[in-house]
Amino acid sequence: MKVSGHQRHGLWFAYISHRLSGLLLALFLPLHFWVLSLALNDRAALDGFLSWTDLWYVKVAEYGLVFLLSLHFFGGLRLMALEWLPWSARQKTYAATALAAGFAVSTSFFLSATFYG
Amino acid sequence: MINARLYIMQRLTALIMAPLVIGHIGVMIYAVQNGLSAAEILGRTQGSYFWAIFYGTFALAVAIHAAIGLRAILHEWVRLDGMVLNLVCWAIAAGLAGLGLQAVYSVTG
Amino acid sequence: MTQISQPDQQFIKVSIWRGAGDKGGYETFDVPDQESQTILDLVSYIQQYIDPSLTYRFACRVGMCGSCAMMVNGVPRWTCRTHVKKITDKAGSLTIAPLRNLPVIKDLVVDMDVFFDKWVRAEAVHHPTCSIEQGVQPVSEDTAERQAANAAIECINCAVCYAACDVVASNPEYLGPAALNRAWSLVNDVRDGGREAILEAVSGTGGCHNCHSQQSCQKYCPNELNPTASIAGLKRETSKFALRNLLNPAKKHNQGEPA
Repeated sequence: MKVSGHQRHGLWFAYISHRLSGLLLALFLPLHFWVLSLALNDRAALDGFLSWTDLWYVKVAEYGLVFLLSLHFFGGLRLMALEWLPWSARQKTYAATALAAGFAVSTSFFLSATFYG
Repeated sequence: MINARLYIMQRLTALIMAPLVIGHIGVMIYAVQNGLSAAEILGRTQGSYFWAIFYGTFALAVAIHAAIGLRAILHEWVRLDGMVLNLVCWAIAAGLAGLGLQAVYSVTG
Repeated sequence: MTQISQPDQQFIKVSIWRGAGDKGGYETFDVPDQESQTILDLVSYIQQYIDPSLTYRFACRVGMCGSCAMMVNGVPRWTCRTHVKKITDKAGSLTIAPLRNLPVIKDLVVDMDVFFDKWVRAEAVHHPTCSIEQGVQPVSEDTAERQAANAAIECINCAVCYAACDVVASNPEYLGPAALNRAWSLVNDVRDGGREAILEAVSGTGGCHNCHSQQSCQKYCPNELNPTASIAGLKRETSKFALRNLLNPAKKHNQGEPA
């Protein structure tokens, strides 16, 4: 996808981050639900899946997922604030804060998965 | 394409999920510290009404929220419209709700 | 404007969209570089001295009429108030195209009909509450509603926001930032009696709820208006309106009947 001239600004970037993180999370959900459903019928298969989480590249993928979730979460809070609270000129600060908070949350997840897991 | 009713549902499910997401991320950070296993997850969740209601609400809210979000993407980027768009979105909502509730039942039942 | 042809004259390479409808391409012109030149000056120079068939639209040249907006290096701008020096990229090149999201009539002229039709569809038209015999209704400048109306009022209908909006591009039904901004200003105007009609009109399939707050409209509005904030206001009022109707369907039924 090519970003054209009129799209090159921080708040458009906040929009596209929110949309793409939401899209990827929606695509991940069916897999997530299906793996958990294995607990009922096929616990060995569930353990098989869960043992993958020891692999470093699965840990990186998990980091990515937690990052997407927290990015979408803080991006959504930003959106609700700008729609429902009195308009503030600090929109760009909020957009940047959402991104930073997403990184912080997913990094703490990654560190705890790497050093304790 | 997104009317007032869908907009309200989208924001309402987001508000419902906001505390649930914080809880879910907290659980994940806590759970991965000793490595993930079926026994670890089920030991926490099985027979728990709290987790059944927590994740049951989460699954239903996310099914509605994701279906409305994908509706906008399918219309704007894939150009689906009218009855086809409605059917696809209902199928997404029903599919996610079904799979989600099945998963919740599997780990808490 | 005078034609300049001194030997040490610098030139600017200007690529301009030529064509009609969907068909056309860019044509490049060398235009003399002058002090304090605007984008509109460049286009006018080409039309007057190089190719008289170049078609473009302008009127006031002082940022009031809203008729000269074009895409300049991919960004919608009011060309009469846009200085060339502030726009040219590092390579010194300029690309000028007709406004995005509107059908091209010829060269740099777009058909604005859809844009204005959407103002009417958004009920962004005056709904009188007084007849001429009743005199002028007093307007208090102090109320929060009046301040919200004032904040949205200086629109010159240039369609820069409409061209900047990706939702307009991908959802042809969408009413767009300008029409919704006007609708919000009328919702807050004590002299306007169409509050419920407006809220209904902006709640449908192409209504305010399709806005994703990308905020290109407020980023590029030449008058520094904030249509995204206006649309957010409509989202709040329409949500409250829809919930009220849901809780009290009888009231909705009586709507529009004489009091």
